[in-house]
Amino acid sequence: MAGRNRQGKNFKTIKTGRAAMKDWKAVSGSKDFWSGLLFCAAGVAAAAFARSYPMGTTMRMGPGYFPTLLGWLLALIGFVLIARTLIRPGPSVGRLAYSKLGLITVSNVLFALLLRRLGLAAALMLLVVVSAYASKRFRWPVATTLAVGLAVGSSIVFVWLLGLPIPIRGPWLGG
Amino acid sequence: MDIFAGLATGFHAALTPFNLFYCLIGVFIGTLIGVLPGLGPAATVAMLMPASFVLPPVSSLIMLAGIYYGAQYGGSTTSILVNLPGEASSIVTTLDGYQMSLKGRAGVALATSAVASFFAGTVCTIIIALFAPPLANVALKFGAPEYFSLMVLGLVASVVLARGSLLKAIGMIVLGLLFGIIGTDVNSGTQRYTFGIKELMDGIGFVTVAMGMFGLGEIMLNLEREGAADRVVNKITSLMPTREDWKRMIAPILRGTALGSFLGILPGGGALLASFAAYSVEKKISKHGAEFGTGAIEGVAAPESANNAGAQASFIPMLTLGIPTSPVMALMIGAMVIQGVQPGPSVMADQPALFWGVIVSMWIGNFFLLVLNLPMIGLWVRLCMVPYHLLYPAILVFCGIGVFSLSNSEFDIYLMALFGILGYIFAKVDCEPAPMLLAMILGPMMEEHLRRAMLLSRGDPTIFLRRPVSLAILIVAAIALVVAILPAIRAKREEAFKEE
Repeated sequence: MAGRNRQGKNFKTIKTGRAAMKDWKAVSGSKDFWSGLLFCAAGVAAAAFARSYPMGTTMRMGPGYFPTLLGWLLALIGFVLIARTLIRPGPSVGRLAYSKLGLITVSNVLFALLLRRLGLAAALMLLVVVSAYASKRFRWPVATTLAVGLAVGSSIVFVWLLGLPIPIRGPWLGG
Repeated sequence: MDIFAGLATGFHAALTPFNLFYCLIGVFIGTLIGVLPGLGPAATVAMLMPASFVLPPVSSLIMLAGIYYGAQYGGSTTSILVNLPGEASSIVTTLDGYQMSLKGRAGVALATSAVASFFAGTVCTIIIALFAPPLANVALKFGAPEYFSLMVLGLVASVVLARGSLLKAIGMIVLGLLFGIIGTDVNSGTQRYTFGIKELMDGIGFVTVAMGMFGLGEIMLNLEREGAADRVVNKITSLMPTREDWKRMIAPILRGTALGSFLGILPGGGALLASFAAYSVEKKISKHGAEFGTGAIEGVAAPESANNAGAQASFIPMLTLGIPTSPVMALMIGAMVIQGVQPGPSVMADQPALFWGVIVSMWIGNFFLLVLNLPMIGLWVRLCMVPYHLLYPAILVFCGIGVFSLSNSEFDIYLMALFGILGYIFAKVDCEPAPMLLAMILGPMMEEHLRRAMLLSRGDPTIFLRRPVSLAILIVAAIALVVAILPAIRAKREEAFKEE
């Protein structure tokens, strides 16, 4: 929409183009817009996948009936949310803390990947140090001490006392 | 009815040394997480769920319940001493509690909060004992249509009482219902949304989702607004309220308890809404209304009794109808299911020791809290000084090990990480996760009852309107929804959630 307006020849259309551009920014940055988009996408996907499940009849509902109904309902809610932002954009999402999001997620994925291979102690220390790095107040000595303390404590409590079926020292470390 | 016989059964079950011990453990952990900011009861109950499975059902529910109402207690300690609410439900307590401690009356504020909570807890235990059995008896006669309508009411109420946009809350509910569908369909055996992943065949565990959204997601949010400021703790002087204090706190405690018990029964609201509502009501009708915000004792007594009453009253629908009104209650229902107890009105008849044991344990637990909180205040103060950058890696460790131990599978850790990201994103776009989790747990039950009702009525959806009980429930739900949409009420609702 904004692009088409910008091609306009006279000054007035350019101005509206800029205004539209600004509007578009307010809309596309708004919380309602993104939540609407999320709902729409999830709803359509849910309804689409549900096509392969038998629908049945209203009396004897098949496994596809309920999900299809819900999928379209969710998509509709998302659509209304998006449509509403065109009238009133509402507050904007603002910046996302990608680094924190990334570090916390990566620390968990690493933990899952390495749990059986490195054993509980090493995988856990990695989880602690990588996730602790996300804090503003990260200091190596503090984080490593915390990691060692938690590794020792968890090994005793979870593996020895509660019998968690995970080696403390995994095969990659010669355990 | 023989409520006394029931209570006797309860005392018999709850007073065994074993169960007393787990009650104590529960309220201790509850106070602990209440004191620690950034760790809520939902995440903690989820984290401790795997560990509780080794216990017998009664002990495990007693412990998990203790964590929940213990957290309401602990949360107020930090509100009063460091102006940091440990729990959302003690946000209002900061207003006057912290002011009191600035005036050198921290000890009195703490004592007021403890007494108010204990009183509310005691009254609520009696209320549960009185009202739960008749409610369960009525519910025993419910058929599929009634259950479906009841769940609709539960979900509607969670929307109405959630903060922020109604439309988004409804969206989150539908999304939650869809998440609940993932897995093998019980009726036909069809794999729905499993994409050939065998770990998804049994559905997504709500413990995993709760840990992801309330544990990981919260951590990301907290890190984003991590401040550099250190906390200053106000000194605690005399704990004993004066005669004047006692006189001033009685009426607010009574009103707070009444309001909290009522709001707690409604789904979605519970402790949080109760504390806000009690504070604003008290501010309006108190003789000392002008003192509010400058350290009025009523401003501590009312919300503290209300949040405890609210927390405990939310057990009523959970124990009698098997309907969760908050994420923590949803987790408790999950714990029951895994323990082999079918939640619903039949719990009272089939498992009297469990039903009454949990109720009585709440009263005992409240007594423990009174004893635990006041003399041990020094310990709690030191704990609330634990800086967040040391706390959250430990939370991640417990989440990681806890979620793994659910079925000894790494898949659950990945799933938890995924829901952590989702939890963060939903928070950024102002979508509340609580209605979603509720819907996710109710989803499979709702579909089952819907299908059964349709079979019963030969595909005629008016069955929900033709059965009187079902119709009545739906009318209540409709009224709740309409009331929430009305602009005047809407403004009030926003106001109730706003920090003053």
